[in-house]
Amino acid sequence: MDGLLALYIFMLAAFTGYEIIAKVPVILHTPLMSGSNFIHGVVVVGAMLVLGMAETPLQQAIGFFAVALGAANAAGGYVVTERMLAMFKKKENGQ
Amino acid sequence: MTAPFYVQGAWFVGAALFIFGLKGMSSPASARRGIVIAGYGMLLAIAATFLIPGLQNIGLIALALVIGGGGAWISAQKVKMTDMPQMVAIYNGMGGGAAAAIAAVEFAKGDMHGLVATTLATLGALIGAVSFTGSCVAWAKLQGVLKKAYRLPAQNAVNVLLALISVGLGLAVIALAPQQPELVIAFFIVALVLGLIVTLPIGGADMPVVISLFNAFTGLAVGFEGYVLGNPALIIAGIVVGAAGTLLTQLMAKAMNRPISNILFTPLVASGPGE
Repeated sequence: MDGLLALYIFMLAAFTGYEIIAKVPVILHTPLMSGSNFIHGVVVVGAMLVLGMAETPLQQAIGFFAVALGAANAAGGYVVTERMLAMFKKKENGQ
Repeated sequence: MTAPFYVQGAWFVGAALFIFGLKGMSSPASARRGIVIAGYGMLLAIAATFLIPGLQNIGLIALALVIGGGGAWISAQKVKMTDMPQMVAIYNGMGGGAAAAIAAVEFAKGDMHGLVATTLATLGALIGAVSFTGSCVAWAKLQGVLKKAYRLPAQNAVNVLLALISVGLGLAVIALAPQQPELVIAFFIVALVLGLIVTLPIGGADMPVVISLFNAFTGLAVGFEGYVLGNPALIIAGIVVGAAGTLLTQLMAKAMNRPISNILFTPLVASGPGE
């Protein structure tokens, strides 16, 4: 990828992340941490790409490990965030 | 292997859904909808990746997805509500480990193009590995497996020394790339040990802030490996989380009325074992 183009993506993504969090209420800190934990679970796609290109048994083994870890990050992150927010919503309704 | 336009398009939509989802999660009213939107983005990005022509080891990929994803899905459903923070820690650590493992495969292939890609791969590997072992320690502490804060004599000096060694090894990996297996292995070992040593003296009460910091670390590592793989969706998701996580870490530290440097570098006895 064009290095300078990537630098622009880095910059815009960093601003986006900053702006999204800037005015968030304290009660949402933990669910947001969990939610952003889920989002970097997209690393599983990168892991699928390297395993999909792996040639030697060593590369396959590390790639397999990477896909399994990435998938756990995504799946676990989703369930934990969903459960946190479900509880949070119930509390809101009860009040 | 370049992805065709429909896969690139699906990744693009996935990245957009992540940002929409995260935005939704930043307000109480739309938080629940936000995670569901981001979830669809993830499914789309994963499903599209299977459509890349010439993708090898598809059976292995599917098996790893089922083992890792299925295992985490079931364990996350079962865990008690009070045990959630350590689950966030361990899943975050796994993401960091995945980013480091991606870099390891790229090193093993030895076909990285250019100084920028090699540097970002190494940096992502370092950050991802630290996040991996650090998050495992955070999990162990909150789970009650590790009961006390282990503090080395001259802890801060040891931290700095280990960090310098890992950076030095990283620079050597970059300078001598490719094909230096012993050097790469030594680099990974020191980076993993660094994560352990830095996190061990931190008390349980400070762990949420530390987990948030490692969450930002994993985001950055994912973003950097995204550059190496030429995948903008990984860059965007990773860097958005890296920036959001950094700010979130500062906000959490502020809410506890402690500067982040205090939590990381001078874990004195008073702030030691949290519970």
